[in-house]
Amino acid sequence: MDSATHGTAPDHTPHVHVTPLWVYFVVFAALAAGTILTYLASTVDLGWANTPVALVIACVKGSLVILYFMHAIHSTRLTWVVILGSFLWLGVLFVLTFADYLTRSWAIY
Amino acid sequence: MSDVTYTGQTPVPPVPEVEEHPHHPFLQHHFEDLGQQHEASTLGMWCFLTTEILFFGGIMLAYWIYRLAYPDAWSVASTLQNTTLGATNTIVLIMSSLTMALAVREAQLGRRLGIVAMLFLTLIFGSCFLGIKMYEYHAHWQEGLFPGSAWHWNENPELAPKIQLFMTFYWGMTGLHALHMIIGAGLLLWFMWRAWKDQFGPEYYGPVEIMGLYWHFVDIVWIFLFPFLYLIHGHKH
Amino acid sequence: MSTSQTLYDVRFVEPARTRNYLNEDYGFFSWVLTRDHKRIAILYLFSVSIMFVIGGFFAMMMRLELLTPEGDLLTSDTYNKFFTLHGVVMVFFFLIPVIPAVLGNFLLPIMLGAKDLAFPRINLLSWYLYVIAAIIGLVVIISGGVDTGWTFYTPFSTQYSNTHVFGTTFAAFIAGFSSILTGLNFIVTVHRMRAPGLTWYRLPLFVWSMYATAIVQLLATPVLAITLVMLMFERTLGVGFFDPALGGDPVLYQHMFWFYSHPAVYIMILPAMGVASEVVAAFTRKKIFGYKFVAFSSLGIAFLGFLVWAHHLFVAGISVYSAMIFAFLSFAVAVPSAIKVFNWTATLYKASVSWQTPMLYIMGFIGLFTIGGVTGLFLASLGLDIHVTDTYFVVAHFHYVMVGGTVMAYLAGIHYWWPKITGRMYPEWWARLAALLVFVGFNLTFFPQFVLGYLGMPRRYHAYAPEFQVLNVLSTAGASVLALGYALPIVYLVWSLKFGRPAGVNPWGAVGLEWTTSSPPPKENFHHTPVVTWEAYDYPALLEAMGETQNV
Repeated sequence: MDSATHGTAPDHTPHVHVTPLWVYFVVFAALAAGTILTYLASTVDLGWANTPVALVIACVKGSLVILYFMHAIHSTRLTWVVILGSFLWLGVLFVLTFADYLTRSWAIY
Repeated sequence: MSDVTYTGQTPVPPVPEVEEHPHHPFLQHHFEDLGQQHEASTLGMWCFLTTEILFFGGIMLAYWIYRLAYPDAWSVASTLQNTTLGATNTIVLIMSSLTMALAVREAQLGRRLGIVAMLFLTLIFGSCFLGIKMYEYHAHWQEGLFPGSAWHWNENPELAPKIQLFMTFYWGMTGLHALHMIIGAGLLLWFMWRAWKDQFGPEYYGPVEIMGLYWHFVDIVWIFLFPFLYLIHGHKH
Repeated sequence: MSTSQTLYDVRFVEPARTRNYLNEDYGFFSWVLTRDHKRIAILYLFSVSIMFVIGGFFAMMMRLELLTPEGDLLTSDTYNKFFTLHGVVMVFFFLIPVIPAVLGNFLLPIMLGAKDLAFPRINLLSWYLYVIAAIIGLVVIISGGVDTGWTFYTPFSTQYSNTHVFGTTFAAFIAGFSSILTGLNFIVTVHRMRAPGLTWYRLPLFVWSMYATAIVQLLATPVLAITLVMLMFERTLGVGFFDPALGGDPVLYQHMFWFYSHPAVYIMILPAMGVASEVVAAFTRKKIFGYKFVAFSSLGIAFLGFLVWAHHLFVAGISVYSAMIFAFLSFAVAVPSAIKVFNWTATLYKASVSWQTPMLYIMGFIGLFTIGGVTGLFLASLGLDIHVTDTYFVVAHFHYVMVGGTVMAYLAGIHYWWPKITGRMYPEWWARLAALLVFVGFNLTFFPQFVLGYLGMPRRYHAYAPEFQVLNVLSTAGASVLALGYALPIVYLVWSLKFGRPAGVNPWGAVGLEWTTSSPPPKENFHHTPVVTWEAYDYPALLEAMGETQNV
């Protein structure tokens, strides 16, 4: 299997998947709405939930950009692995570093 | 088992490979065809974005470590930001992402003027973002909120060093972000010129696509920076 | 057992008469503006060799100082600068780039049957960045150096050191981008430019190793970049990212620094393991035992290597609970390395071994890497680490893996592929002598340091208690022998360029795409794109084609 020409049309030019216009505008509207939503949520006191709410909204917005604007939804499995791997590694950085900070019994925590 | 021999291989004088079809002007010779070239450049840009995720991720780690350590200071410091301008900038950047995505679409459809127009709009929105950012920076500078020897905020002496730490993150993270946008703006100009010269079409739109990937990534960073830096006020966590 | 031309019906053509990548084009600009991965590899070979000599100079001065217990040759400040510069130069400018940028750049496209890497211009940019970083580093050295240790721990580096911290960290920052771009190039090349028929499980293990290395380069180096940026901000602006007085935490710097710097050591060792697999296969004429285990252990080392960094922070003030987690994970990362060692050993079992120089170096590599790796486990044990951390035990450990490991494997690789790169054979007996000097010199230098560390001699001190002198003298004596062992190849390899025996296509009788094209290869690597129908290390087929029976 010649993976070098994977994802090409018979004449070996790139696959062109043209996203319909309406998809882009709907995603834009969702992103704008998300911005307004996160702003409004920050003005309401939700106690401990303010931070997670902001993070969730940001993650949803980011995912929309990745999936539709960056065409991840039409991309190869390898692209998915790269995207997910990046965030996984970021997760490793955060989790293992916080594992130290959250289990200390002295300053700074 | 094998139909390749290992022996008797005297290096032969070169015989130029006969070209069966005309070369696309932008097909690089080490690639077999445009499809392979497109796949390779796209993968390359995604790998580069991986490094950017970890680059920004590093400073975000530091930001969060200190945010959880100094929630009050972070809260107060966030009120020093101009949330209206920040929100406006967020919308502006999202609009620029829309026009960038549309530029890629124009390239896929081979519409020369469409590509130029959309890239131009992206550049306009991006410049608008940078302009607003410069205004914010100027205001912060005037108020003495630049960390280091120019620092002036001392309203609450106990919190002041941590407020300064927050502002260090603010200037550092938004500064790195702005630097990426400036580079992006330069790239947009270059691509506008290339599009004007009619270099892109359905068989060769990769460069515009990877420009888009870069631009969208810079947008995503801001999507996180906005709530992190502007929207903490009033909450203790 | 001879692997010379009598085994094959290969007619030799003097390298100068074939059209190859070396004589394709002449002139300074044809080299400095080249996009040919093979020429870029040679450019790197020159650059890293110069940096190796510079790093070695600092080591020599340190070992001379340590001949006597008193600090009499160098002041303490100068000694601090020398161990810092030795570390900075050797880590960032030699060990990290050496095998990927020299051997990887040269061989990867050829082993994949490709004409070049995916992004030749980015490859050239990698080299430019390396050179720029090296020049900045040299300017720093000439201007007075830096004394923080190659680890640049805060707050000394950000506030108290009055040496060129900014310049050095900036140089390391630039060098990091060189590394990132090389890794990016390799990943895309392996995924998208393999020749027809070359499936993943037919790849040489060197390619698997380079691929795993590239992943580490891509994921780890950016965190170093941002850490150094933050350090540079703090140093210049006086802000408090890592300054306790301003609310910062110096341990955070260490977390972020070692998130890169531990995987960095896997950037150094994974390519070396790749070379080991190639050499063991070639000089036993056998497929590597447990091919898939070795291939996946490369990925395993790359992955697990990211989970262990805080074992460098055991005594820095992290919580005991996180220390336990990291200690456990540090034990786990030894497993895939051990798997490789077992598989190489199993390959050697009942093999008919050719003892040419590359194989001698690799035998040294396997033994010394094992010692270095096992002593890493000692350090990973929390209780024991309390006693030996920051002593010469650590110094001995990492020199065993980096010098006994990476450098030995690099020398093996240079000798193994020298015929392919230059079209000439090196002189075998001189090379064997050098290998012996390197092995003896290395052990004499560094084994005493295990004892010194255990007995309590701290690292990074220019003076020591008198009872440590004998071992230190042995160590310095060993360093002199080692230096001679390193000097010899420089001499005879250069000599071989003009006077070495012409090599022919496949002087070792090895299996691999690089051994099917001329020595040196043509600019486009192959006159016709190969179609791969054979399995990795298909020695039975090779021997059949040669009319030989397999020696069992």
